[in-house]
Amino acid sequence: MSPRAAWRLESIGFTRVYDYVAGKADWGSFGLPLDGTKGARAGEHVRADVPTCQLEERLQEVRRQVTAACWDTCIVVNASGVVLGRLGRKALASEEDVAVEAAMTAGPSTVRPSITLSEIVERMQSQNLTSALVTRSDGSLVGVLRRTDAEAALNAAAFDSSASTQG
Amino acid sequence: MPTAIDRDEVQRLLAEGAQLVDVLPRPEFEEEHLPGAINIPLKTLDAETSRRLARERPVIVYCHDYQ
Repeated sequence: MSPRAAWRLESIGFTRVYDYVAGKADWGSFGLPLDGTKGARAGEHVRADVPTCQLEERLQEVRRQVTAACWDTCIVVNASGVVLGRLGRKALASEEDVAVEAAMTAGPSTVRPSITLSEIVERMQSQNLTSALVTRSDGSLVGVLRRTDAEAALNAAAFDSSASTQG
Repeated sequence: MPTAIDRDEVQRLLAEGAQLVDVLPRPEFEEEHLPGAINIPLKTLDAETSRRLARERPVIVYCHDYQ
C-alpha cells in the first residue's frame, strides 16, 4: 500500500518522498513507541535486567550469578544479543557442571514488544506461563515480561479507566 | 522515484523535520500509529488531501508492513 501512496505523491508533484516499507509492524517490533487506542504494550513492562549468559559459559557459574541476582531464569544470547536459548528453573537447579549449551532449552518462544498487554496476558494465562520472552524482530533480546507485572499493569489500567468514567 | 527506507533512516529524517503519513484506513490509524503521523488513507490521497503536507519538506509514507 505505501509504495502506491509514495508514487501517488510523486505524481502530485512532491519531490522528496520516502517509503518506510516495513511500516508500523517493524516499528513496533523494535519496541519503538506507537500512539493510538490499542492500549498498553508488552514492551513498556518488560524487565530488561534479566540475567544473560553465553553458550560456552559453565552452568554452575551462571547458576551462582543468577541466584545472587535473585532471578530464576537466564537468557542465553550470542555476542549480538540474539536469543539462542533459555535456562529455566529446572536447568538452574541442576548441579551438573556442563556448558550452558548442554543445559539450555534451545529456541524458546518469543513475542514482540508491540504485542498488547491484554493479548499476552490472555496467552500466558491460557498456557499457564509465568513469563514471556520479548525479542525484537531481528531476534535480539528486549527482556522478560513477568505475568504478575503484566496483570498488575492491566488491572491498574482498568482501574484508571473505571475511575475516569465515574469521575 | 520514491526512496525505500528503513527504521533508522525514518528516525534520521524525522529529526530533520520530515512529515510522516500513515496511509491506512482511518480505523487502523486510530488504533495504532507512529507518533506524530497524520492520516491520509490511500483511497483519499489526491492533490486536495495532500495540501496538508509541506512540499519543501521530506514526506515519509508507511502502512502496516510490506502490503
